[in-house]
Amino acid sequence: MVLDYEQSVALADVPVMSAEELRQEVLEQVRDGGRLLALFGLPGNGGAGLCAIVAHSGDRFLRAMRTAPLTQYASLTPDCPQAHLFERELWEQWNILPEGHPWLKPVRFVPHGCLTATPGERPGPAQLTHYRVDGEEVHEVAVGPVHAGVIEPGHFRFQCYGENVMHLEISLGFQHRDVERRLLGGPHPAHARLMECVAGDTSIGHATAFATLLERLAGVTIPERANRLRRLGLELERLANHTGDLGAIAGDTGFLPTSAWNGRIRGDFLNLTAEVCGNRFGRNWVCPGGVSVDVDAELCARLLDRLRHCWRDVREAVKVMFASASVMDRLEETGEISADTARTLGLVGVAARACGLARDARFDAPLSCLPLCETQIRVEKGGDVLSRARVRSRELADSVDLACTDIQALSHSEGAICQPLPDRLPAGRLAVAQVEGWRGEICHVGLTDAQGRLACYKMYDPSFHNWAGLEAALRGQQISDFPLCNKSFNLSYCGHDL
Amino acid sequence: MLHIIRERLHQKYRTLDYPRVQPGLPARYPGRPEILAVHCGDCRACADACPTGAIRLLSPDAPGPGGADSGPALDMGRCLFCGACARACPQGGIRFTGDHHLATFCREDLILTRVPRPLTPPRRSGRLFARSLKLRQVSAGGCNACEADINVLGTLVYDLGKFGIDMVASPRHADGLAVTGPVSRNMREGLLATFGATPQPRLVVAVGSCAISGGLFRDNAECSNGLEELLPVDVFVPGCPPHPWSILDGLLRARTDTADWTV
Ligand code: SF4
Ligand code: SF4
Repeated sequence: MVLDYEQSVALADVPVMSAEELRQEVLEQVRDGGRLLALFGLPGNGGAGLCAIVAHSGDRFLRAMRTAPLTQYASLTPDCPQAHLFERELWEQWNILPEGHPWLKPVRFVPHGCLTATPGERPGPAQLTHYRVDGEEVHEVAVGPVHAGVIEPGHFRFQCYGENVMHLEISLGFQHRDVERRLLGGPHPAHARLMECVAGDTSIGHATAFATLLERLAGVTIPERANRLRRLGLELERLANHTGDLGAIAGDTGFLPTSAWNGRIRGDFLNLTAEVCGNRFGRNWVCPGGVSVDVDAELCARLLDRLRHCWRDVREAVKVMFASASVMDRLEETGEISADTARTLGLVGVAARACGLARDARFDAPLSCLPLCETQIRVEKGGDVLSRARVRSRELADSVDLACTDIQALSHSEGAICQPLPDRLPAGRLAVAQVEGWRGEICHVGLTDAQGRLACYKMYDPSFHNWAGLEAALRGQQISDFPLCNKSFNLSYCGHDL
Repeated sequence: MLHIIRERLHQKYRTLDYPRVQPGLPARYPGRPEILAVHCGDCRACADACPTGAIRLLSPDAPGPGGADSGPALDMGRCLFCGACARACPQGGIRFTGDHHLATFCREDLILTRVPRPLTPPRRSGRLFARSLKLRQVSAGGCNACEADINVLGTLVYDLGKFGIDMVASPRHADGLAVTGPVSRNMREGLLATFGATPQPRLVVAVGSCAISGGLFRDNAECSNGLEELLPVDVFVPGCPPHPWSILDGLLRARTDTADWTV
């Protein structure tokens, strides 16, 4: 069935198909250029059925389909690789076996679903077999979970021939905190806070996705001022992180000026966020129904002034970096991915746009009718580290533009900032929320039960899709390119592990 | 080259002479809460508003630390500094002061009541590390905000290195750990192995409400209810995440042997 991305649908209206019908339908949609937004277990009668949601870019209608509870089905992954992680997750969470999946392993090593073995036998992340290349001159490099820098834990296995990486497998799950299951039976007021910690660097992104989902379930439209304030928060988040990422890329090429400056300017953007909500990461900014903080003309003037200074500083810092021949030489053709690979893997966000895919939820599934000014989907062709850096630097300009527009509009107007949601959500409804966070599209899917409580909640950080992109980017590269490639993706561990 | 130098001049000198000069923080930054003496009666609005259950209302039968027997006890170790309690209190009994000095040496000292009390001194002197403190950071379920605000201490605004403090790549080179996150079950082994690889004597600094108490992830089989369940903790830096200045303040305190301030 088709559903408007801004509306919820009654689950009862989504027809139940057989697993084979669902499989064929998804494959056909994906062949027609669709993208698998979600594929997850729909709880019911002692087990779970499949539920798939597909989006087509430039089309406001999503396709939703489902099956009755089942225990196995023919895997989609061989024909549709972007389903690979969804299917592993389904198997892990619900013990539903995707027959013929080429690399079936748990995703987060959680103690239910496929790992229902007796306690004590629970394997931890990275404790199962890894993909391995054999041969006398082949060696394996294992890194993590505890890395050298101040960074979240994850395990990387490189299969190398000399300096060259033939294959990289990334094993995650160390950060699993059981976030999704904590939401069941909700929403509770504390859940808005919990969403801000799904991925701390994307607090506003995930909080906005959660709030938007609840609003769509409840059928509530939020005030325009709230939309402006949310967009301002999202763009400040993008500015801080893109600035930091460009600095980190400069740092890994050994170009210290931009690395040092951007480290400071990133902090200045975070401090702007703190001017509005008191917290550098935008905690307590967004709430279901709108936002919890407002700005007055005096604060707006201060924000605008500081924003312009930060913009001048970061623009010049990045210009200096791109003008350096040694930086350019290091970034060009490092960690390349083709548009085909990106499409096949279902990459999103900066990583997808750097390969030429025009994917940006601000355009594909806008959260409001606020005009996007001069902003465009910033696409690059190369698919290499340079392209990922370029996409970020172009988007900095767009974000400043949007943020300035919003601050000016907020300064000249007043109005409500929150439309409270009803105490109880409508029963048996399904909704989807897509938000373009700074890494890429964040997608949340929620379903209410007969009492209007959350019966199922799924969230997909862009990292969920893009870690496979980093693995692909490393193929045929030198192992010493890993840090730089990694920085150019800068993916979230906890956003993936939940 | 010249354009780099020109830009360098434009970008200016940005390092603050902390702690001699104290930073200016945003007007809306909450900072340390303060509990004022009000008559609560049957009201428990603050406790009900708190997303993490950080507030307990005291009574003569269930007094708080320092012997306070009425009003709220606010546990900064579980607090997100969201301000909901202050907004909920009809009498304005909870106030946020904007003070970023939050670190303590003892878990109980994070619990604030209307009765101020002296801070517990550290369980052993940190003076050994006064001139050089190398820490290995371990993220164990942290959301990357605490990690980011530790990382930022390396930037030129804070310039952690000038205090002789560094975040090092290996626990073998470290004098201790700075731990973030609610210690996810899947990271427990990694954390304990890293601790085991750190030579003695070693310090443990718990950064953020997750690491101190489990924070929002408390009472969940996949997370712990605080680092102290697993390791001895020397310094607690509360916040979600703590402001970088609070973390820096906590690290500087870790190297002393006295506690000459009150909570
Ligand atoms: S500020 Fe802290 S104590 Fe107050 S409601 Fe928020 S989390 Fe609870
Ligand atoms: S204390 Fe808050 S900021 Fe720190 S890791 Fe936990 S949720 Fe993230």
